[in-house]
Amino acid sequence: MSTITPDIRIQSADFDVAAEIAKLTKGRSDTGAVVTFTGLCRDEGGALSALELEHYPGMAEAEIRRIAQEAATRWPLTGITAIHRHGRIAPGENIVLVVASSTHRQAAFDAASFLMDFLKTRAPFWKKEHLASGEEGKWVDAKEADDDAAERWKQR
Amino acid sequence: MKLVYFSWIRERLDIAEEEAELPANVTTLGDLLSWQKSRGEEFATVFAHEKVVRVALNQEHADDPATSLEGVTEAAFFPPMTGG
Repeated sequence: MSTITPDIRIQSADFDVAAEIAKLTKGRSDTGAVVTFTGLCRDEGGALSALELEHYPGMAEAEIRRIAQEAATRWPLTGITAIHRHGRIAPGENIVLVVASSTHRQAAFDAASFLMDFLKTRAPFWKKEHLASGEEGKWVDAKEADDDAAERWKQR
Repeated sequence: MKLVYFSWIRERLDIAEEEAELPANVTTLGDLLSWQKSRGEEFATVFAHEKVVRVALNQEHADDPATSLEGVTEAAFFPPMTGG
């Protein structure tokens, strides 16, 4: 049974991937694997000038924490961190970071993937597009593929 | 009860948050959604999208219409999430 405390942060500022890895591994000798996932803003072939990330303050952190805690009960993790940015984010900039560490790699891979799949479908964030053309952008539609990705963890 | 709205639902209703006095007969999540539909044309249009409008009660997802509103001080309404 895991006793780790997930480190969950919702912020407008950027994050430093190397610093977050160091934070999870520093001063311990039981970690054999660290998996990170970074989600970035893409420009959709030049069409986007930015994404605006709206979030539900309070619930955004609480919901990601619930998912991270579920991951920590399913896999023997030595640490798990999730950082999600909000506000205006330009193409090429970071949006989200997940870091999972464990004694062995499979648990770290699975936990990072699980956390991202549920974060996408359950964490209260919404993306609005800002178009390079200057025209009024639209809210990004949820993808069925994301629901399917989350669903696959229930069949295990 | 504090009611909060996000994304295009917030824009469509032109309300980010409001303090609402719920009728006494609104006691479940299903009642709350029906009541929202009765609050005017924009509300009726938005809340007609039953499969699209998601709800959180006290900042936790809720989808069973039978869920009681007892102890609920904040309800949020939003479309499917697109973070990550």
